[in-house]
Amino acid sequence: MAGQGIGSRVQRKEDVRYLHGRGSFVSDMMLPGQSEVAFLRSPIAHGRIRRIVKPAGSEDAVFVRADLASVKPIVAPSTLPTYKLSGQHPLAHGKVRFVGEAVAMCVARTRAAAEDIAERVEIDIEELPPLVDAHAARADRSVRVHDDWDDNLFLTINYENGFEAKAKEAAVVVRRQISLARQAMVPLEGKAVLAHWDDRADQLIVYSSTQTPHIIRVGISQMLGLDEGQVRVISPDVGGGFGYKCVLQPEELCIAWLAHKFRRPFRYVEDRREHLVAGANSRQHHYALTAYADEKGHLLALDAEVTVDGGAYSMWPFTIGLEPGQATGNLPGPYDFRGYRCRTFCVATNKPGFLPYRGVARTGVCFAMELTMDAIARAVGREPWEVRHDNLVAAEAMPYNNVSRKHFDSGDYRKSLLLAKEKIGFTAWRARQRDGLPDSRRIGIGFATYCEQSAHGTSVFAAWGLPLVPGYDQATVRLTADGGLELRAGVHSHGQGMETTLAQIAHEVLGIDLAKIRVILGDTGQTPYSTGTYASRSIVMAGGAVANACKTLLPRFVAIGAHLMQCAVASARFADGQVVGPQRAVLLRDIAEAWYLRPERLPPDVDMGGLEATVGFRPKVDTGVFSYASHAAIVAVDTEVGHIEILDYVIVEDCGTMVNPMVVDGQTMGGAAQGIGTAIYEESPYDANGQPLASTFADYLLPGPTEVPSFRIYHLETPSPYTEFGIKGMGEGGAIAPPATIFNAVNDALRPLGVELAETPLTPRRLLEALSRAKAPTAIGGKAA
Amino acid sequence: MKAAIFDYVRPRDLAEAARLLADAKGGAKLLAGGQSLGPMLNLRLARPRLLVDVARLGELRGIEARDSAWRIGGGVTHAQIEDAAGRLPGAEVLCAVAAGIAYRAVRNRGTIGGSLAHADPAADWPLALAALGADIEICGISGARTVAADRFMKGAFTVDLAEDEVVAAVSVPKLSGGARWGYYKFCRKTGEFPEASAAALFDAERRSARVFIGALSGAPQRIPALAAAIAERGAAACTREATEAAVTAAAPDLDVIDRRMHAAVLLRALQQVVRA
Repeated sequence: MAGQGIGSRVQRKEDVRYLHGRGSFVSDMMLPGQSEVAFLRSPIAHGRIRRIVKPAGSEDAVFVRADLASVKPIVAPSTLPTYKLSGQHPLAHGKVRFVGEAVAMCVARTRAAAEDIAERVEIDIEELPPLVDAHAARADRSVRVHDDWDDNLFLTINYENGFEAKAKEAAVVVRRQISLARQAMVPLEGKAVLAHWDDRADQLIVYSSTQTPHIIRVGISQMLGLDEGQVRVISPDVGGGFGYKCVLQPEELCIAWLAHKFRRPFRYVEDRREHLVAGANSRQHHYALTAYADEKGHLLALDAEVTVDGGAYSMWPFTIGLEPGQATGNLPGPYDFRGYRCRTFCVATNKPGFLPYRGVARTGVCFAMELTMDAIARAVGREPWEVRHDNLVAAEAMPYNNVSRKHFDSGDYRKSLLLAKEKIGFTAWRARQRDGLPDSRRIGIGFATYCEQSAHGTSVFAAWGLPLVPGYDQATVRLTADGGLELRAGVHSHGQGMETTLAQIAHEVLGIDLAKIRVILGDTGQTPYSTGTYASRSIVMAGGAVANACKTLLPRFVAIGAHLMQCAVASARFADGQVVGPQRAVLLRDIAEAWYLRPERLPPDVDMGGLEATVGFRPKVDTGVFSYASHAAIVAVDTEVGHIEILDYVIVEDCGTMVNPMVVDGQTMGGAAQGIGTAIYEESPYDANGQPLASTFADYLLPGPTEVPSFRIYHLETPSPYTEFGIKGMGEGGAIAPPATIFNAVNDALRPLGVELAETPLTPRRLLEALSRAKAPTAIGGKAA
Repeated sequence: MKAAIFDYVRPRDLAEAARLLADAKGGAKLLAGGQSLGPMLNLRLARPRLLVDVARLGELRGIEARDSAWRIGGGVTHAQIEDAAGRLPGAEVLCAVAAGIAYRAVRNRGTIGGSLAHADPAADWPLALAALGADIEICGISGARTVAADRFMKGAFTVDLAEDEVVAAVSVPKLSGGARWGYYKFCRKTGEFPEASAAALFDAERRSARVFIGALSGAPQRIPALAAAIAERGAAACTREATEAAVTAAAPDLDVIDRRMHAAVLLRALQQVVRA
């Protein structure tokens, strides 16, 4: 049992079933009499629905909004000033607002047959001018995504703290326009939901591929008008979430409605094309930044205008306010400066509604801030790492309240950067850079540092006035009659390895062998309430709850154990998984046997809570604990064809106390691979009519195994003062820094050519266009034509 | 997306396949590896009434040496060609081309005949076989015929193939010992179709100098002037300016960025030849 607790690199318990193909996903499930559902989706970006004609002979198999009259639209309120409500109906009502919006639902025995029916549904839509560009949509009030608004702004945020005074002191002013493309999240498994009615339980049972089963239960109950007791949501194995599955989906409501109305099973599984079209819902930000610095590059003030292309709808429960809110609050990054002004516009457009993708706004703000940091360095003629280093919040300043009133709990940001610089071999690469590569590609070195608010809780979400706010997360632990442990938590695990890490925390407290700890997640019928897994919160919140619940059992163990040993309770203590008395010790198995099987052995005043406890946890300070990392990359840029190769990539990260460094590595690698996707490959472009141009993987490129380098990961471990064991959340971090790191490296390589890129993804075309703009056209420009 | 309904038949031989295709009067599609047709069926971009599956026809599966050529059955997979490395004297370049197609999973199923008949402008075989001067053997209800690979592809996804005809085999002339081959493609990532591609063959013994560029809007384009100049002057004719001019002439519809990319790729293919 040695080496199973906190800090141990144990293999993941869940991997056995995954690696043998024995996971159980919604797509694997088949219930008697199950029907399959296909959605007919809008082919038009913006239009008014004139008529929907169900196909002759299949009228009973097709459902439109009017058929679901009892279902409430999804409306997510927020008390943020200027925030406007958008109602998203489970099926389009009145207008369609993006290509891919579900218009009708078709039911058949197989998915293919359901699609056959969908093809025969006639929809007549009066086309309206589409709002495709956020800047244009912000300026245009004559055409509106939501007719009852007077413009196209979901939300406008104005933040100011000490800007004017600090900006005045600046010797250097740097301006940049920076933007990120729209993206889909592309989990291996898309949306998937199966619902049926259980007469015995008098319950609607909904299997959904979701990160947040408990809040989906709340949502289905509210929108369908059912008692909460009549809804049970089970999230089985889930093939990746990334934020795509942390909100109530219209498809979940539709399938739940069918199962409730017809009292039999219905299933919907999103296919890849639907995902790339209707799920292009993240990352698209634009930044206009002006940085004010002194002659050494010390940042004094930052002026920002941020535009978030919010798409058509605000999701429930977190609202679209999450994205502009996080962008505004996190743009200052890990830096020590005192003047900040930011106006953030979250604009409604005719695209899928924005969802919070891994890293949420922080991938964008890190990209903007870190490109600007390099620009400042170039303006003052210093090395970017050096300027970055000097601007980072110093370890001695922790805890530190930054210019956007974020409270950084702990860490040594500068140390992470210096270590990254050392590990990447900065000095040697600078020397090699002068000689170039034998194939004439240009070498570039890039850095980025970020800090990441994780596990932010009640105070943060309550301030936004959301329809539901995360509070105490709870865990239930139960010693079984054979001395094993059942552990239940309301969060879910879809790649994070929490069946292992939560067990490690229980092991740390109770000493029970990991093999005898069963972790039960993802079922509202079996687990205590939690808002679920998102915002890098689960290991902090559920992990803290597991620790608290386990600790609650300890005095009960000691009391029973002392009685079994016939010694005074005060003379016994819990140690190494057993209760130790003056003469001997009793095992947990003996205590469990006494409670369950031989209660005559129990002390008369035994705690009637037994060997089971449900206990909650919230950090002492719940505004979030800040993980951070510095990334460093070496790239080779082929300026002839526009190709970028990542030659080396170093990550120095600090997520506080690590429960399982191997899981931390895995999460970091997975996130960083997605970050490389954002940097170089992934893009959901639209034409002027709002038609998506990347609807299959032929057009939507993802990094594959040969495009993702072998990340070299190094850990620092600065515990948080506010959480159990000093753990910080880290699930999102890997996805935050790669775009900034890679662009800074490419810009470093291209600096002698006068080229600086600031728009994701870094396609060959974008790179070659920038090169063409930077210098006089070469003969390729068409002299010969 | 799931495919629309279709009938499926596995013919006993090539003659039956041709007859089934003819009887369907355009309503049938030949299925071999299914690596392009499969997705097109699922996206309902292809909606044949009938699928004629020739993947297991022995007639299409052979690799045979003829006097001056290798005859490769249309149903031979890319992986089989890749794995024939060391056993195709005079046509070893095919193994290298095959090994660069998509991913191994695609190569395990995708066939040389299917790739030619599908005629994606960015595919490897239409380009490589055009440059190699290969012939394509076609079999239909009225018999067999042969067409040169560089004349077979008419445009994007358009080939010289009647409704009843099947790509039975390709015949690839054996290269002489002194032949030089250049092949370069630029893909954004491993396994993707290229943004630009080029192939060059110089075989003095066979008096052959062939240069083609691919990944255009239509079929691969021959660059005869540049081929002649290199055959005459060697490396001296192999310049950036020359490839830029050649690409501009061969594909005048390319924009400045595509032209630049294709010119760079062509130069790299040619440099393999002159450096060899």
